[in-house]
Amino acid sequence: MDELKEVMITTDEIRTDEYLINMGPQHPSTHGVLRLLVQLEGEIVHNVQPHIGYIHSGIEKMTESLSYPQIGHLTDRMDYLSAHQNNEAVALCVENALQIEVPDRVKYIRTIMSELSRLASHQLWWCVMGMDMGALTTFFYGLRDREDILDIFEETCGARLTVNYSIPGGLMFDIHPNFQRDVKAFITKFRTKLPEYDRLLSGNVIFTERTKGVGFLSKEDAIAYGVTGPTARASGFACDLRKHRPYSAYDKVNFNEVLSDVGDTYARYQVRMQEMWESMNIIEQLIDNIPEGDYAVKMKGVVKLPEGEFYQRVETARGEFGVFIVSDGKKNPYRVKFRSPGFSNLFTINHIAKGWKIADLVAIMSTFDLVIPDIDR
Amino acid sequence: MKSIISYITEILKGVWTLLTGMKVTAKYFFTPWKHVTQQYPENRLTLKIADRFRGEVIMPHNENNEHKCTGCGICEINCPNGSIEIITKTLMTDEGKKKRAIDQHIYHLGMCTFCNLCVKACPTGAIVMGQKFEHAVWDRSKLTKVLNQPGSKIMEGVKD
Repeated sequence: MDELKEVMITTDEIRTDEYLINMGPQHPSTHGVLRLLVQLEGEIVHNVQPHIGYIHSGIEKMTESLSYPQIGHLTDRMDYLSAHQNNEAVALCVENALQIEVPDRVKYIRTIMSELSRLASHQLWWCVMGMDMGALTTFFYGLRDREDILDIFEETCGARLTVNYSIPGGLMFDIHPNFQRDVKAFITKFRTKLPEYDRLLSGNVIFTERTKGVGFLSKEDAIAYGVTGPTARASGFACDLRKHRPYSAYDKVNFNEVLSDVGDTYARYQVRMQEMWESMNIIEQLIDNIPEGDYAVKMKGVVKLPEGEFYQRVETARGEFGVFIVSDGKKNPYRVKFRSPGFSNLFTINHIAKGWKIADLVAIMSTFDLVIPDIDR
Repeated sequence: MKSIISYITEILKGVWTLLTGMKVTAKYFFTPWKHVTQQYPENRLTLKIADRFRGEVIMPHNENNEHKCTGCGICEINCPNGSIEIITKTLMTDEGKKKRAIDQHIYHLGMCTFCNLCVKACPTGAIVMGQKFEHAVWDRSKLTKVLNQPGSKIMEGVKD
C-alpha cells in the first residue's frame, strides 16, 4: 500500500497542463466524420465534447417536399446498416395513420429481413471493433460472412445496402424463389462461423484486458441519457422494443432479450454477440412458416395522411429508431422528425470516458456502434 | 510463492488464448483453396448479377424499334430527386385526332438513387431496371441519357 502511495505522489509531481486534441473528423476509429474534442492530461481523458454535423444532409427538411412513399428511400441513407428497419418504421407509421392492415406474409418477411439486417450490422460492428483494437484479421472474417447476407438482399430486394424494400402498404417485390433456401443455408453456415468469432477475439487476452472493467455505464445513467439498444441492455435496462412493444411478427416468435448487469465495454460486446444467436433463432422460427398471400395491399396513387401527429418506433441494430410525422392532410408531410439511436448513445461518451485513458476511449466508442449519418441526418 | 504461480498461470493462459486465435487463422492460411476472394474484373464474363439488381433505368425496345412508353409522366412525378424528365410531342392520328406521344425520355443517371419507385409506378411497364453497374465515365454530361431510341415509336395496342 505504501508503495502505491509513493507512485501516486510521483505522478502528482509530474502532472502536466491540460491540453486539447481533435480526434477526427478523419480519424479511422470514429467510423466516419465525427469530431471529438478531447481534453487530456497526459493520456487521461478529462472531457470529451462531440462535434457533430459534418455529414448533415438535411433529410428531415427534404422529406417535407416528398410524398409518403418517397420518404422511405431517404431513410436507407441515414443508418445504412439498419436500412430495413428504417424503411419498416416509415412504412408502419404511414400504415398506422391510414389504418391499413398488411397481410401476414408482409409481416413475416419484414421481420426476417430486419433480423438479417441486424445480423449484417452486428457482423460489421464486430469486425470493426476488432480493427479499432488493432486486430485487422477480424475485419476480413466479419466481411466474409456479411457478404452472404448482402447477396440474399441483392437477390430479393435488388440492392445490397440501400434496399428500399418495405414501402407503405407492403413490400417492393415478393421474395425471390431461392430466398428461403439461401437464408437456411446461411444460418447453417453462420452457426459454425460464429464460434470462430469467439475463438478469434472474445477470449483473446489482449482484447479482454482492454475491455473488461473499462467504461462503466450504470442503468440509471443509461435511462437518464436516453440510451437504447444493446448499449443500454448491457447496463441492465430492458428496452428491447421487439419484446416489450412487438410490431410486425415479433409477437409470434420466442426469443430472449439479452441483458447484462455489468455495463462495461466487455458486457456491451457480449450482448451484441449473444444477439446474433437470438437473431438466428428468430429467423429459423419464421423462415419455414411464411404464409401465402399478397406481398402488398393496393394503395392509392397519391397517399394522403389524415390531419394529426403519428409516431412509430422500431428496434434497429443500434437501438430505438422513431419516426414522428405531423400531417396537415396534404400529400407531403408538414414536418418529419427522426429519433435516431446513435445520437442519444453518442452523448453519453463524456460521462463514460471521463477518467479513462485515450486508448480506452476508442474501445468505448467502438462498442457504441456509431453510424455517423444516423447521428447527423 | 502463490503469487508467482498465479503470475505464471496468467501468462500461460494468455498465451493459450492467443494460440486459439492463431489456430483459426492458420486453418485458413493452410487451406487457401477455400478463399472467398473474387478476381474482379478478370471474372467479368462469369460474374453473376441478380435479376432484380437495380443498376440503371432502361427502356426495352423490340426488334421493330418499338417501346411501350406513352409519355404519361407518372415516373417523373414519382421520382424523388428529379432524375427523370419527360418531353412529349403531339401526333395526329389517321382519324385526325390529336394524340400525345413521347419525344424524349431523359434520364439523369448521376442523380438517380435507384429506389425503384418509377419502375413500380409505370402503368405500361415501359421502363425496367437494368443490371449494368459499371457507370464510370470521363465526362459528367454522359450521365444524362435519352432512354427512347431515335426513330422509335410506341408499340401497337399500348394505351394509357
